[in-house]
Amino acid sequence: MSYSETIKTHYQNQLKDIRDAGIYKEERFIHSSQAADIEVEFPTGSQLKKVINMCANNYLGLSSHPDVIKAAHEGLDTRGYGMSSVRFICGTQDIHRELEMRVTEFLGTEDTILFPSCMDANAGVFEALLTSEDIMISDRLVHASIIDGMRLCSAEHDTFKHSDMEHLEQKLQLHQNKRIKLVITDGVFSMDGDLAKLDEIAALCDRYDALLFVDDSHASGFIGKTGRGTHEHCGVMGKVDIITTTFGKALGGASGGCVSGRKEIVEMCRQKARPYLFSNTISPVVVAGVLEVFNILQGSTERRDKLEKNTLFWRKGLTDAGFIIKSGESPIVPVMLFNAALAQAVSKDLYNEGIYAIGFFFPVVPNGQARIRTQISAGHEMEHLEKALEAFIRVGKKHKILGLSKQDIIARYGL
Amino acid sequence: MEEMKDLILTYVINEYQEDEDDEITYDTPLISSGFVDSFSMVSLKVFLERKFQISIPDDKATPEAFDSVNKIVELVKSYMKK
Repeated sequence: MSYSETIKTHYQNQLKDIRDAGIYKEERFIHSSQAADIEVEFPTGSQLKKVINMCANNYLGLSSHPDVIKAAHEGLDTRGYGMSSVRFICGTQDIHRELEMRVTEFLGTEDTILFPSCMDANAGVFEALLTSEDIMISDRLVHASIIDGMRLCSAEHDTFKHSDMEHLEQKLQLHQNKRIKLVITDGVFSMDGDLAKLDEIAALCDRYDALLFVDDSHASGFIGKTGRGTHEHCGVMGKVDIITTTFGKALGGASGGCVSGRKEIVEMCRQKARPYLFSNTISPVVVAGVLEVFNILQGSTERRDKLEKNTLFWRKGLTDAGFIIKSGESPIVPVMLFNAALAQAVSKDLYNEGIYAIGFFFPVVPNGQARIRTQISAGHEMEHLEKALEAFIRVGKKHKILGLSKQDIIARYGL
Repeated sequence: MEEMKDLILTYVINEYQEDEDDEITYDTPLISSGFVDSFSMVSLKVFLERKFQISIPDDKATPEAFDSVNKIVELVKSYMKK
């Protein structure tokens, strides 16, 4: 069929609807390396603007670390650029296996398999492990990639209210006759920044003979005393059967992900997970960079300790200034504005003040829950955070929201 | 009839209402408005089948058929007659 006027109009209308709904996503071009200080071209064609980046997943500030860049160069020189093959034909190098073993050791699991991304890991893992005799029971706020992965799997699925242990227990009772029951949660929830109650979830899994799956993409490298992740923080290392995580956030921020966990489960993924079977894995240059990230992390907890200190400063600063933030301890700190137009206006004013922080609203978060999601990094120095805080306070004052309750903000701006 | 309607509404509120500020009534769109995602319909179907001793075929348990308490009542009634 040709690309007819009718089809063209069909897509143009859909794009118009997206624009009219105010949810059209635009890219902002960064003309520098990823870091706390970046130079941005926005809107497209405008002069470059120096801003402080408050919305990257660069939690440990390793995206442009000189040692990681050096290791990546060496990887490029010694192992080349691409593999031109999937893993099981001729696409596996010694360093791919080395990285799998380093991840296994770091997370305290039995084995690990790399995927091109954590999105791919989540897309492939459920279908590889479960069939219609099984059930997946997921927290209602799990990441979109998990939802897509569950859609690809023939097992039955059910959900429990976000972090509601009583509700999870009801669901485990409801489905107790299923062959395999897999409880699925994020370790740190990306929109709210709160941590899963993994200790309680693991205890319920024990009681009801269920397996436990955790996506720790927003935790690996910095949550827990030595940065192993949410399972370390909650004291359940060794009790999580499947962990998926990414190298695209704290662990160097380039790309790639993995499934780590029970030996047989990882082996099943190596036999059946389609994104592993039908796609090239992570490029050698990225593998070499991530290996250096693990060298840095295993040498010292300095970076995650700094991140923790920065996070405490930022959370206290915003709270003392009179903003409503989602409570918690992770470096994801959502500033709640509830009204979508207000979130957009605040984001724009912050940008004019030299602070890059994005507004999130429906359908990314529930209706009436619009917010600015800020993300703290070990790459932020105190001067960055102080400057950002001052800008937030100026913008907060302009919109007269400091010290207001949720009800007051809604009364002033609507939902 | 009224009793069935209230039983289902109570179940829907307990099962799906996350924020007490959200009001769910007999006509509130459940799935199209985002209160209930399609995965979460499973337990609703199990509840209806057990409570009213019916069997709803998977191809009839559609998001449209489950989109409000009133629609669910119609669906349940149609299988109770059979």
